[in-house]
Amino acid sequence: MSAHSHVDGQLPHEPEKATLEGRNKVLAFWLFLGGETVLFGTLFSAFLALRHQVGDGNPTSQELFQLPLVAAATFILLTSSLTSVFAIQAMHNNKVKAMINWLIVTVILGAGFLGLEIYEFYHYVHEGHGFTTSAFSSSFYTLVGFHGAHVAFGVLWIGLLIAQVFKKGLNTVTAPKIYVAGMYWHFIDVVWVFIFTVVYLMGKVG
Amino acid sequence: MGHAHEVKRYRGLMDWLTTVDHKKIGILYLIAGGFFFLIGGLEAILIRVQLWKPLNDFVSANTYNELLTMHGTTMIFLAAMPLLFALMNAVIPLQIGARDVAFPFLNSLGFWTFFFGGVLLNISWFAGGAPDAGWTSYVPLAGSTYSEGHGVDYYVIGLQIAGIGTLIGGINFLATIINMRAPGMSFMRMPMFTWTIFITSALILFAFPALTVGLVALMFDRLFDANFFNPDNGGNTVLWEHIFWIFGHPEVYILILPAFGVISEVISTFSRKRLFGYSSMVFATVLIGFLGFMVWAHHMFTTGLGPVANALFSIATMLIAVPTGIKIFNWLFTMWGGSIRFTSANLFAVGFVPTFVMGGVTGVMLASAPADFQYHDSYFVVAHFHYVIVGGLVLGIFAGLFYWWPKMFGRVLNETLGKICFWLFFIGFHLTFFVQHFLGLMGMPRRIYTYLDGLGFNNMNLISTVGAILMGLGTIAFLINVVVTSMKPRNASNDPWEDGRTLEWTIPSPAPEYNFAQTPLVRGYDAFWKEKMEGKNAMTPAEPLGPIHMPSPSILPLIMSIGLFINGFGLMYHQYLVAGLGLAITFGCMVVRSIKDDHGFHIEPDELHDKGVKA
Repeated sequence: MSAHSHVDGQLPHEPEKATLEGRNKVLAFWLFLGGETVLFGTLFSAFLALRHQVGDGNPTSQELFQLPLVAAATFILLTSSLTSVFAIQAMHNNKVKAMINWLIVTVILGAGFLGLEIYEFYHYVHEGHGFTTSAFSSSFYTLVGFHGAHVAFGVLWIGLLIAQVFKKGLNTVTAPKIYVAGMYWHFIDVVWVFIFTVVYLMGKVG
Repeated sequence: MGHAHEVKRYRGLMDWLTTVDHKKIGILYLIAGGFFFLIGGLEAILIRVQLWKPLNDFVSANTYNELLTMHGTTMIFLAAMPLLFALMNAVIPLQIGARDVAFPFLNSLGFWTFFFGGVLLNISWFAGGAPDAGWTSYVPLAGSTYSEGHGVDYYVIGLQIAGIGTLIGGINFLATIINMRAPGMSFMRMPMFTWTIFITSALILFAFPALTVGLVALMFDRLFDANFFNPDNGGNTVLWEHIFWIFGHPEVYILILPAFGVISEVISTFSRKRLFGYSSMVFATVLIGFLGFMVWAHHMFTTGLGPVANALFSIATMLIAVPTGIKIFNWLFTMWGGSIRFTSANLFAVGFVPTFVMGGVTGVMLASAPADFQYHDSYFVVAHFHYVIVGGLVLGIFAGLFYWWPKMFGRVLNETLGKICFWLFFIGFHLTFFVQHFLGLMGMPRRIYTYLDGLGFNNMNLISTVGAILMGLGTIAFLINVVVTSMKPRNASNDPWEDGRTLEWTIPSPAPEYNFAQTPLVRGYDAFWKEKMEGKNAMTPAEPLGPIHMPSPSILPLIMSIGLFINGFGLMYHQYLVAGLGLAITFGCMVVRSIKDDHGFHIEPDELHDKGVKA
């Protein structure tokens, strides 16, 4: 039962599932992601219902979206998902240092993505596409902004976890935390794939 | 193992503010939910007083709108759901042979966010007017053009905060039921109440996020001039109806499924028979949960979705009558040939069956889209949903409270007062709502603050008001019962009904902090009954006596919820510094929780004997 019953340096193969607390955490996080799916599903539905309501004289999605910028953001975020996989692999091989390094790369890529998104939003506002402009703009900023807020939360969260592992090392308490943060990061990535398709690609073709 | 961690144990008020014990959190839910139930009930009585005669001027039209909105919102979100969470917390870990829920800290957080969301919503009464756009808060009425004050802001923000608590609770109970069952308790050996809570929690998980998005969108519209529901700028008001009901319909199954579970336990115990058709009952529960997501547009037959959509949703809705019918017959067959004892708990359970059937029948009537054009927005609908929610859920909650009260508090509620409570409430209920079917068929619309003389509505409205007062008296009888009982000695035995079938009746009443000194070994459905039939009076333990690990109490959930509460006020009055401060408090607490490892503490075997075992 006790979460710290392992001898130092001898972690089980999957330390995130070695304790009941860890198994509970992983299971509950899967469930939580199920709820998050409904959350984003509803946001997508609202966006799909409203995306043609641009209003007179406001920039349309064809005029606004620049695929090179979005493609760069997509590339960065997908790469960060890969590096988070490397971090979990390193954790399973009990290579704490490699794990921390891969997590740091993940966080940096996440922050880079956020930077691009902030630039993108700033640019759109200057083009006359503000939050209150039209139903299209409100639903666009809400959907993409919710995703961006999730990325920002993930960056801060994983940053905090890096600091913790740095101090406490890898054990059966910290391992589940890293693992569920990795799950969260993949989820954000999957949501972005849908945003890229539904918002940007479909927005480009009309 | 067995580290001697020094953990601060609190006493008195601080104990309740910091507790992570599911049994104490259950009592907190009961007190808070009961308090909001009384507020919602008072609002209902005021509504009925206004309507007792034509052209009454007891309250103004505006106050009436506030009363009916707050009655619905309070009863659904702040009374019914927390009272269910009270029963879930009090019973589920005991029924599955667990020492606590999967996440005791989150359990406490769920309670406090619900509580502060509810408090925030009700502060609206004193802050310039309560929400008055109905509990469904349809736009454009609820938009900033037609609801200028802060009333609807309190609705969207209060429900968001309370909704976080509900979602957390749902995830927690799913994880608990999946991961924490005692050895031998397979899914098909779980008690029926546990099954219904399992499905209800899944519904919460998949329904509440939709409501959150709807509330966020409405909040953005009202506070930050977004255009989701603003037709002038391309917004779509039907979108709100879809989002609200894709949450709202599963919500009514979230409410009724636990009542089904309670009724199954109570009828089985007091008929001294195994629940008839257990596996079909499980199947019916799962099916109702699934179909619950397929029928939301039956609330929107008159919106104009077209004949194809109306036909599909009409058929899907009628399908739900099949699993519900399975349940009704299973309860009847459980009673058939049983030696039935009419305790207060069982009176409520037996009263539930025909009452709920009546609500179900009007449900099928309403499911027929062409007929619904006649019933829509009339008192027929009011009668229908009160038959399923009060006649279903509230009778179920009363049955559950009388049944599990000894397990929660160690005292059996007074049976005479219990029966008085039942008859007052039951007769009052039917007086109030039965006539409303006919009021609706005669054309009385819902949500109106008065009506003209000479329409033939007068007598039935008077009868309805008398019934509402009887229900109020029934509730007072329950409160008197609680007070009288709490003054008696705490002498309930482990199995006060003597026919207990499930694991919660194998341990002392009230359950000790650690629930089970030794985790029991479950050898079949109705685990305790099985042992009794083999001449034993206790479960076979599945583990030797050993130190029991317990989680530490924490004040953080309370502070986190206060942070959200402050954040809500900051947003509402556009004080972004205050809003940021509130959010900083909440996130700060999350950081502290993440950094500080909770080692908990251990209860050693020699301590068990002084605490748990009673003479």
